[in-house]
Amino acid sequence: MAFIEISALQKGYASAAGRVAALKGVDLAVAEGTFLGVMGPSGSGKSTFLSLLGGLCRPSSGSVAIDGIDIYALGQERLADFRRAYLGFVFQSFNLVPYLTALENVMLPLAVQKMAAGEKRRRALLVLERVGLSSREGHLPSQLSGGEQERVAIARALVNAPPLILADEPTGSLDSATATEIMALLKELNGEGQTIVMVTHNPENEAYFHRTLRLRDGLIDAEPQVARRLQAAG
Amino acid sequence: MNLRTIAFNNLRRRKGRMAFLVAGLLIGVATAVTLLSLTAALTMDAEHKLDSYGANILITPKVDELSLSYGGIVLGGVGVDPQQIAESDLAKIDTIPNRRNIGAVAPKILGAVTVQGERVLLMGVDPGPEFHIKRWWQVQGRPLAADDELVAGSAAAARLGLAPGDRVDLGGTPYTVVGILQETGSQDDSLLIATLPAAQHLLGKKGEVSLVEVAALCADCPVEDMVAQLSAALPGARVSAIQQVVKTRIHALEQFRAFSFGVAAVVILVGALVVFVTMMGSVNERTREIGIFRALGFRRGHVVTLILLEAATVSLLAGLLGYLTGMGATALLLPFLADSHPHLVWTPLLGPGALLLALGVGCAASFYPALHASRMEPTEALRAL
Repeated sequence: MAFIEISALQKGYASAAGRVAALKGVDLAVAEGTFLGVMGPSGSGKSTFLSLLGGLCRPSSGSVAIDGIDIYALGQERLADFRRAYLGFVFQSFNLVPYLTALENVMLPLAVQKMAAGEKRRRALLVLERVGLSSREGHLPSQLSGGEQERVAIARALVNAPPLILADEPTGSLDSATATEIMALLKELNGEGQTIVMVTHNPENEAYFHRTLRLRDGLIDAEPQVARRLQAAG
Repeated sequence: MNLRTIAFNNLRRRKGRMAFLVAGLLIGVATAVTLLSLTAALTMDAEHKLDSYGANILITPKVDELSLSYGGIVLGGVGVDPQQIAESDLAKIDTIPNRRNIGAVAPKILGAVTVQGERVLLMGVDPGPEFHIKRWWQVQGRPLAADDELVAGSAAAARLGLAPGDRVDLGGTPYTVVGILQETGSQDDSLLIATLPAAQHLLGKKGEVSLVEVAALCADCPVEDMVAQLSAALPGARVSAIQQVVKTRIHALEQFRAFSFGVAAVVILVGALVVFVTMMGSVNERTREIGIFRALGFRRGHVVTLILLEAATVSLLAGLLGYLTGMGATALLLPFLADSHPHLVWTPLLGPGALLLALGVGCAASFYPALHASRMEPTEALRAL
C-alpha cells in the first residue's frame, strides 16, 4: 500500500452562484519519500487538494488514507491528534503567531504534548539550527525577513518529526534568491527521506519534484513525469 | 512551552490590545462597584439619619393599672407618684446581646416644682443623648452644659417670662436659663429642663429615673428581639417598642434599598454587555490564529482552554482594577451626593463580587466565540481574514 492513497476525492462549496465543485474526483497514490509538486492555474483546486490531504476540511466524498489511516473516518479531535503526529504545515503566508518568538513559534506543535519543557526547547533549537536560524531564536516574526519567517515556518513543520510535510506556495511571497534557498532546503530535507507535497505556481520549482500533479478544473490534467522521476527516486 | 506560556506571552507582548480589553471590562466593573458602594454608603447614611431621629423604644416603670391618658388628656388616677427605675439598673442595658444596635440611651426624671408661685413640670435629662435624640429641638441660646443651668420649653418660658441669661430660683438654688426651646407643639413646650443630677436633687429622687428613651439603630435589627432582651435585663420595668416609628422607618429604608438595587441591576447589566461585546470582538478577531492552532494539531478543547486562560487573566486584572477604581470614584463622589459626611463603606462582599462578576462575564463572553471558532474547519478559520 502506498504511503498516501487518495480515491475519488471530491469537494464542493456552496457559493452565491450556487454549488462550486473545487475537486471533481481525484485518485492518487504517493510513495513514501516522494517530493510531489501540485501545479495548475488559479482555481484549479490545488489549495483544496492540499487542505483535504492535511485533514483541514472534510471532503464531499472520497477518501484519503495516510500511512494506512483513513483520516476522514476519524472524529474531529482524533483528526487534530493525527495532524499533530503525522503532518507538518508550511503555509503560503507563513502564518506565524505574531506574539511568539521564533523559538516559541517552532515549539507551538509541542505545546499541547506531554514532554519536559527542556526537551521541547532542545528539539526546537535543533530544527531552528537545521534551517540556519539559531541566532534568531528570540526574535518576533515582525523582526524577521520574509525568508527567515519562511524558515521558521519550515522549522515549525519539522519539530514534530512528522512523516509528511505539506507546503502551500512556500516561495510565493519571497524574492527569487530566497525562494531558491528555501527550495534547496526542502530538497535537502526530502533527500533525508522526508515526504513532501508542495503546491506551487512557479514552473521553476518543478525541477525539484519527483512527481508533478497537474490539476485543471478540479481534475488531474496530466502527470508527465510520473514514471521517469519515480524511477529516479528509486 | 504550554498553553499557559502562549496565553501569557500574548497578553505580555500585545500590551495595547490587553489594555483595551482590560479597559472595556474595567469600565463595566467600576461602574457597577461605584453604584453599589454609593448605594451602600447612602443607605447607611439614610439609616443613620433615620435612626438618630427620635427614640423607638420606651422603658417605663411597671404599673398595675391601665393608663388613663390619651393625646394629652389625662383622667384621674395617674397623679399618684408611680414607682421609679433605679439609675444603677441602666448599666444593664449595655449587656443585652443586641447592644451594638443601641444608638442612644436617654434617661429622664420627671417631677413638679414651683417657680415664681407656678407649678411647672421639671425634666432632668442626660444632655448628650437627649439633645441627640431630639434632633428637632431648636434651642434659642444653647443646650444644657452644667448642673446649675436650665432650658425652658416655649410655653413655660412665655408663662414665666424667661429669656436666655435669666436667673431662676428653684428650691433655694439659683439656676441660669441658658436656652429656650422653640415651639415643638408637644408636651416639651411646657417643661423646664435641667440635668439629671440637678433634677434628682431638686425632686428628692436621687438615683432614680422615671423613664428611659432608647434609640435603636434598627435598619436591620429585630426591634421585638431587643424589647425582649431589654425586658429580661430590666425585670422591674416595662419595655415597649414605639411600633409606628419603627415600621415607618423600615418601610422608608426598604423603598430606598429596592430603588438602589434596581439601578444597580441595570448598571451591572450594562457593564456585563460592555464586557461581553469587548471580549467577543477580541476572540472573533483571532479566528485566523485559532485556525493556525487547529492546523498544528491543537484539539478544540486546547483552543477553548487557551482562550479562557487569557480571558480569566484579563478579567481578574480588570475586576481588581475596576473594584479599586469604583471605590475611588465613590470616595470622590460621596461628598457631593450627601449633605452630611457619610463614610465609604467597605462591604466585604463587594470586592470578591467584583472579581467574580468580571471573571464570570469575561469567561462567558469569550466562551461562545471561542467554541464557535474552534468548531470551524481550520481552512475556514485560516481564510477568515
